[in-house]
Amino acid sequence: MTSARFDKATRIYAGTSQAAVSDFTLDIGDGELLVLVGPSGSGKSTALRMLAGLEPLDDGAVYIGDRDVTNVRPRDRDIAMVFQNYALYPQLTVAENMGFALKQAGMPKDERIKRVREVAAILDLEPYLDRKPKNLSGGQRQRVAMGRAIVRQPAVYLMDEPLSNLDAKLRVQTRTELAEMQARLAVTTVYVTHDQVEAMTMGHRVAVLKDGLLQQCAPPGVLYHQPANLFVAGFIGSPAMNHVKVGGDRPLRLGGVTVELDTVGQAALANTGGDVTIGFRPEALRVGDGPLRAHIRTVEDLGSEAFVHVALDHRGANLALVSKMSAPFAGRPGDDVGLQIVGTTHLFSPDGLRVGSSAATLAP
Amino acid sequence: MKVKKGSALQIGESRAVNAAFGALAWAVGLLFFFPILWLVLSSFKSELDAVGDPKLFFKASLDRYRDITTSTQGILSLGKAFWTSAFVVFTSTIIVLLMAIPAAYALAIRPIKKWRDVLLFFISTKFLPMVASILPIYILAKQFHLLGTRTVLVILYTVMNLPLAVWMLRSFFQEVPRELIEAAEIDGAGLRGQLTSVILPIALPGIAATALLCMIFAWNEFFFALQLNAAKAQTIPIWVTTNINEKQNFLAKLSAASVIASLPVVIAGWVAQKRMIRGLAMGAIK
Repeated sequence: MTSARFDKATRIYAGTSQAAVSDFTLDIGDGELLVLVGPSGSGKSTALRMLAGLEPLDDGAVYIGDRDVTNVRPRDRDIAMVFQNYALYPQLTVAENMGFALKQAGMPKDERIKRVREVAAILDLEPYLDRKPKNLSGGQRQRVAMGRAIVRQPAVYLMDEPLSNLDAKLRVQTRTELAEMQARLAVTTVYVTHDQVEAMTMGHRVAVLKDGLLQQCAPPGVLYHQPANLFVAGFIGSPAMNHVKVGGDRPLRLGGVTVELDTVGQAALANTGGDVTIGFRPEALRVGDGPLRAHIRTVEDLGSEAFVHVALDHRGANLALVSKMSAPFAGRPGDDVGLQIVGTTHLFSPDGLRVGSSAATLAP
Repeated sequence: MKVKKGSALQIGESRAVNAAFGALAWAVGLLFFFPILWLVLSSFKSELDAVGDPKLFFKASLDRYRDITTSTQGILSLGKAFWTSAFVVFTSTIIVLLMAIPAAYALAIRPIKKWRDVLLFFISTKFLPMVASILPIYILAKQFHLLGTRTVLVILYTVMNLPLAVWMLRSFFQEVPRELIEAAEIDGAGLRGQLTSVILPIALPGIAATALLCMIFAWNEFFFALQLNAAKAQTIPIWVTTNINEKQNFLAKLSAASVIASLPVVIAGWVAQKRMIRGLAMGAIK
């Protein structure tokens, strides 16, 4: 049972001045499934590869358990990694692929075969043990890659977008299986993805990265309801949170109406000078007969819910907002409607940090 | 009801233009193939037919092949030349591979500093005309008592083919997916394990192609073989020229000798063709 830790880990690629990962500090608990998420170029894969030993550190350290592994070779770190394209050895059979690491470790053949069979049984791979990877489907290859990691019984699993080569339906199904498997094995896991839904559904905690900097690391619910800054607020959740620059006016005005905050919100606002941005989730915006006048641009009907895109005039410019309404939704593009906020509104300071969250309503 | 037939024509193509291109391709192809065809035909002719006016019909015989494969006292025999060539070709190719594989690894998979300069240096050794280097080579060979030995040819062919082999193997090694090497590294394989269980099996078709080219170049090499091995340890290309005779007609015999000299290369190329193509598309990676 092992934890893992990044301590001010920094990686600057040769020939660049911008750090791919900068001052990255994070504790990963024993048995935890921690997800690194961010847009492409955010440094999430680099961070994982630093823990794997595939990427050297320019500064800081990484630990597995209590051991400083910063200068330890990957093969001596007691880790197993699942790659995005699975990286199965094409000339070896499924059984040989899964047993490769055990063979390298010098495990006797009988024991090796026994271990491979046990894991193959868990993953329903027994009928395919003698096949080559090229004769497997995408889902089967993914399971072989998982099996290869599980067989080793390592201290830490590292997974680099292991589901992104699967089709959508299989991805959702495998996601659940993978999370269940991780919970059962209780092995510390670091999981990289660009998909925020995958991050939110699988992660015990989710670390959001942007431009090589850790933005926030928290359980999914906290990320969603208490985002640390504008980036996290906009990255987590689909459709994205509505952001409106409301400027320095007090009370806050949105379009032609006033945003009324509760006492917590008012206190937070009082401590914040300058241009404020407010943010509210699509489900907090009601389209109907509220005081804020707008017109409908498009309606996306998903059956269970409808995303209603509306536009209104705000401080002399066109402002687009999105609302999540329950389906069926009666409005049509071009209809004039009234908007109301019925949930939490977040307040962001001029430098993008969340300074407070408040219940809010719109009043004429 | 009439069933519409599928068309092989792509968008914007016309049947007539396609046919014209086809005819042109055949014409060019035949033009290139004709000398080889003529060589093979001549080898079955009598010496008189071979030098006389070109005839479409002639009495084919294997007599010329019998002539050239029957060894005469004092003249280089086919068997001796073949074994000398085979020894020199295989030994030099194996040495080339043993040296080029680690070099290609260092240039492709773990690029050393200044790897571009190294590559340029390797290829620059081929810029020098062979004739320009023969004098120092001859003197060196003489000083080390290597004139007329197989050893000097093994050394020269190794040096001659090494740059090419390093270049080729480097590009084949670069095709090996990086993740596979990383996976092997994480799975506990050391440098040797990574080479033997991952890189070499995947790059095998490329290694085969490289080995084949080295063998062809070494097999066909004439200049050094002639200059350094005037008397002993003669190779197949030298043997071919021994069939040139100033006192009588020799064209048919020379043709037969050329066919025999070409056969191993043609067969090797034909066998390797399938190997080289197969496996280059590595379906298992994605």
